[in-house]
Amino acid sequence: MMATYPDDLYYSKDHEWIRVDGETGTIGITDHAQEQLGDVVYVELPAVGATFEAGAPFGSVESVKAVSELYLPIAGEIVEVNAALADTPETVNSDPHGAGWMVRVSIKDAAELSGLMRGAAYTSYVQDEGGE
Amino acid sequence: MGASDVKVPAAAGHIVRNEDLIFERSRAGRQGYHLPDLGIPEKDISSMIPGELLRDDIEGMPEVSEFEVVRHFTRLSTWNYGVDTGLYPLGSCTMKYNPKINESIARFEGFGKAHPLLPEFLSQGSLEILRQLEDALAEITGLPHISLQPAAGAHGELTAMLAIRACHAKRGHVRKTVLIPDSAHGTNPASAIMCGYEVHGVTSTSAGLLDPADVERNMTEDVAALMLTNPNTLGKFEEEIDKVCEIVHAKGGFVYMDGANMNALMGISRPGDMGVDCMHLNLHKTFSTPHGGGGPGAGPIGVVDELEPYLPNPRVARNADGTLQLNFDRPDSIGRVRAFVGNFGVLVRALAYIYTLGADGLREATETAVLNANYIKHRLEDVYALAYEGSVLHEVVFTDRRQQAFGVKNSDIAKRIIDYGFYPPTMSFPLIAPGAIMIEPTETESREELDLFIDSMRAIAEECEQTPDIVRSAPHRTRMGRFDETAAARKPVLRWQPEKGKVAGA
Repeated sequence: MMATYPDDLYYSKDHEWIRVDGETGTIGITDHAQEQLGDVVYVELPAVGATFEAGAPFGSVESVKAVSELYLPIAGEIVEVNAALADTPETVNSDPHGAGWMVRVSIKDAAELSGLMRGAAYTSYVQDEGGE
Repeated sequence: MGASDVKVPAAAGHIVRNEDLIFERSRAGRQGYHLPDLGIPEKDISSMIPGELLRDDIEGMPEVSEFEVVRHFTRLSTWNYGVDTGLYPLGSCTMKYNPKINESIARFEGFGKAHPLLPEFLSQGSLEILRQLEDALAEITGLPHISLQPAAGAHGELTAMLAIRACHAKRGHVRKTVLIPDSAHGTNPASAIMCGYEVHGVTSTSAGLLDPADVERNMTEDVAALMLTNPNTLGKFEEEIDKVCEIVHAKGGFVYMDGANMNALMGISRPGDMGVDCMHLNLHKTFSTPHGGGGPGAGPIGVVDELEPYLPNPRVARNADGTLQLNFDRPDSIGRVRAFVGNFGVLVRALAYIYTLGADGLREATETAVLNANYIKHRLEDVYALAYEGSVLHEVVFTDRRQQAFGVKNSDIAKRIIDYGFYPPTMSFPLIAPGAIMIEPTETESREELDLFIDSMRAIAEECEQTPDIVRSAPHRTRMGRFDETAAARKPVLRWQPEKGKVAGA
């Protein structure tokens, strides 16, 4: 089943997405990532105020198969976390690009976005990985 | 299909059905023992034990007779599945047969009743066992100095990484990073991080191997060590390991090898000769000591001369008169990592295994383990997709790529193989092979047993195409059907609760 990857998001090679809204970005994992993980049972998120470099692990997601690290696609400070995931981690599976978001960050350097993929590029990246 | 469809007499239920919980067998007032009048006044327990140590939140503790307890747990014990009941092809775990002669030898009075605090002049036999095992493992690994203290593989990793850190500190620069390929065992990054290192990943090539050029790009003088698993988690031998070691050494780093897969090398090639500086062995895998059920295990490490001063204290040392002592006078040692000398009874079993097989036998065990894995690969590769092409060592990784076309996942296949009477292979590991089905038969399985397993896997592949629902809803022949693993993880029920408004046994 081929998911569609909207062009208003940026995508990382580690299968995180970021939606930019002015100075802040909302971050989650892609539909491909949730499909590979299987049923998500727990999401570990950082504290608000924590800062991370681009590519740094900021949390982890646990599925029935495995625990995987979450990598921040761009550098920034955590301004909000999706606390609802503590009770309903399944949202990551059912709505990965929407209600299943994980953290909001204040973006340190918007220029880093240029190193990420848009929808079409990510779609072919996922196809090349042979995952779908 | 399922056991529940068959009419079963009440008393025979325990043969095919799930056993009631001991709580559900409770009858008010039933007891295991009735004490006679002891001639002393009865006191309330709360008058003798502080309140904060007493729990009153468990309602309905079971009230049962001794005989009911014995029957209940004896029945449960017959449900165990282990290497002594059938094939246990868990990839990466080396679930080989545990020879019973090792058990007898470990129970010899001199070993079984030895106390670790006996003075050295009364412990010469035990010390000799340790020394001879160290010598044997040094010969097998090509690494001259062995510490037998670590109690498990990951414990060995941690001990060796602490030694590496101590060595870098002594040289004046502890360094910050450890390189770990994506085909390494998951415990490797955990051990490095516990030692305070940052972990930097190295990507495998499309052949599932390390690329020396990639190691070269990532290797700096801030890298303390490269930790790799060889053969790696895909069952592949790192063909360029000598080059990789040279690259790491040129920048002053150490190469750590996870020896959990030593069952593919034992008696044939030696990590020390490849340029590896330190490694651990899992005696409870390669050297046939009991594995699973929580141990005890043993994860000895071997190191090169340069790392020897940092090995845990004490070390077994030979005196001028030929007797042995435990040497604590080693100022650079990282200290103890385990009480006394490690899990001594396990060490005795491993030495018994080594002496039973001898050099030729160890080599033959390895050859047979590799042959068995390749036999399974050869007989299944037309129905299950291989994660990576090419021959394998002691284990083979398939994926569910072909079966996914019929809506069947690797976890469904795992549950269906239970219906055929086998423990499932390792699933969804290694992570670099999506939908992985990882099979390690070990050398101790006969051709007939392997054929039974292979025929079952082939039958399941057929079912995936013809009747995929049977696979997707498996297991059918077990006491309990398929569990909702997701709900169990998301909303675990960890304790029996009495039904509201109902008194147990009423």
